[in-house]
Amino acid sequence: MTNNPVYTSGSLRNKLAVRLIGGVLILTVLLFFVVRNYAARIAQQSQDSILRASVTSMLDTANIQDGVVEMDIPYSSFSILNTSTDDRIFYAIYQDDQILSGYDDLSVPALPENSTIAFQSTVFADVPVRQVTATRILIGAELRTQITASVAQTQDNLSGTLTRISQHAAVLGAGFFSLAMLLSIWAASATIGPLRRLASSVTRRGPEDLSPVVKPVPLEMAPLVLSLNNLMARLERSLNQSEDFIAEAAHRMRTPIATVRSHAEATLQRVDKEENRRALRSMIHAIDESSRAAGQLLDHAMIIFRSNQLECNDVDLVDLVQDIVLRITPLADMKDVELRLDSDESAIVSGDSILLQNAIRNLIDNAMKYSPSESVIFLVVRSSPKPYLEVSDQGPGFFTDEINLLTGRFTRGRNASGTIGSGLGLTIARDVAVAHGGQLKLSNNSSGGACVTFSF
Amino acid sequence: MKFLLIEDNQELALAVLERMRLDGHVIDHAENLANAVAFSATEDYDLILLDIMLPDGDGRDFLQHYRSLKKDTPIIVLTARSQVSDRISMLDLGADDYVTKPFDHAELQARCRAVLRRKAGSAQTVIRLGNVEFNPVAGHLSIAGKVITLRNRELRLLELLINSRGKIFSKQKLVDRLFSYDNDVSENAIEVYIGRLRKHLEHSNLKITTLRGLGYRLDDE
Repeated sequence: MTNNPVYTSGSLRNKLAVRLIGGVLILTVLLFFVVRNYAARIAQQSQDSILRASVTSMLDTANIQDGVVEMDIPYSSFSILNTSTDDRIFYAIYQDDQILSGYDDLSVPALPENSTIAFQSTVFADVPVRQVTATRILIGAELRTQITASVAQTQDNLSGTLTRISQHAAVLGAGFFSLAMLLSIWAASATIGPLRRLASSVTRRGPEDLSPVVKPVPLEMAPLVLSLNNLMARLERSLNQSEDFIAEAAHRMRTPIATVRSHAEATLQRVDKEENRRALRSMIHAIDESSRAAGQLLDHAMIIFRSNQLECNDVDLVDLVQDIVLRITPLADMKDVELRLDSDESAIVSGDSILLQNAIRNLIDNAMKYSPSESVIFLVVRSSPKPYLEVSDQGPGFFTDEINLLTGRFTRGRNASGTIGSGLGLTIARDVAVAHGGQLKLSNNSSGGACVTFSF
Repeated sequence: MKFLLIEDNQELALAVLERMRLDGHVIDHAENLANAVAFSATEDYDLILLDIMLPDGDGRDFLQHYRSLKKDTPIIVLTARSQVSDRISMLDLGADDYVTKPFDHAELQARCRAVLRRKAGSAQTVIRLGNVEFNPVAGHLSIAGKVITLRNRELRLLELLINSRGKIFSKQKLVDRLFSYDNDVSENAIEVYIGRLRKHLEHSNLKITTLRGLGYRLDDE
């Protein structure tokens, strides 16, 4: 069977797997950021609530004593902000717009209307800080004043926490990703599974099996299987047709040719005039050429047809050659050519007996054509090392420079002029040998005759 | 020899009949199965030539019918089928040999001869001329009781000359009869065979005369 290369455009399984994995990758990255963001927000909230407690406790101590604002910042206001990473704290307290205490360069944002507390992330002293600002209005006997307190804390602890959470999220993401990747590959393979099973069941079929695929297949593959079944039905029909056609064509061509030939031959026996005889002889020659060409073309078509679907049985090469020799002997007698067979007891080969017969017949016919009369054609059949048949004659042999060309279609040797042939005999023999995994070797005997070896 | 030809193609049949008669055989012609059955029932033939595709049936049916009558007349099938399997099945049905159309008349003759020789024992024509005994089918020639072995072409040449004693054959005519058309044969080849035959016939009462410019003639003294 010939193997044409199949042009592929990537693997369906790989494509599917890559897409699944790509999707998983995007999901993983998304998951990572969502988790990280969420964690950051939670961490921020806890820092914010501590800051709120700190600023509230600070403001709570503010009161008016004798018309003067008095504030006693409790120790706990700062101690609750203690962290393991020694984050720095900055604060500022204002009465109306007058700084009372703290860092006067810590900018205090104006609070929006109707709210008494606000949080913001900002930069102070070149480090990012979280700042809370709260306000309280103190009302005394003749004083109404607004106290604003602002506390800012660096975020080293928070970013440490965030890093840890990110690491955990990354590990989780990687785990999720690898698991999902394995699942994707498995899913891709499993999806392709029915396709692969269909392919292998079609490949495993014998050459004769052109029956439709009946095993259930997934819905998506139904159109493919339907077309495949249709194709096989068409193929079977056309194979049957071509076999019939070859037989019919042979019949249609051979009978009229036979009629013409027989008449020409009969006429040749009747006429005496040399020029008429010459014309008749060349007529017969031409008829033989055409009938032989027709026969061999049909044989060749049959061989191509059959070797595409080789029907292999055990064939005894010795029996086969003996039958052919028996059959050809009357023809060889006409030329006083002797066929001498030297064979082993038996040589069993696995092959198509019709093809083998045809090929061997062609080899012996060839040998006979080039044999001088009263010569011997030696046939040797051996079963080991590998079964082979050797046909050697005492004719002129091959020209060594064209020996490799002779098995080509319609190629005839330089010494073929004057003999009838289509140039297909050796092609047929070679094609049959190749179809059986063997080869056809052409050489010359030491005594000069042609020697053809058909091996398996 | 008495032959029966069963062939529906008139043209081909006429050609075969003419050639066979030229070779000195008596030959009947049936153009369909019904006639073939009738002919073969009333006459004893030495050989039957049978076409497979006939207007009123398959030649293989005749083959089976004929063999079922326990008649052992050799049958050669004329087939246009190229399928080897078809031919093999015909041999299984009792045909002795087959020729694929278009056939070389010399091939047909050779096959007839081979088949007839195989069926030795049936009455065979032996030509007796003085001290010469010649059986063209078996290929035996004996002169004054001494058996001489002939090569195939010598045999056919002798048969040709003996059947038309006293007639002149040109060299070219002999070439056409003895050699198939697939090789160019020079007329000198004939001289070689004539020379050999003369040697074989040395002590017989048959003599081959050369007529310069005309050809050869076998005379019975």
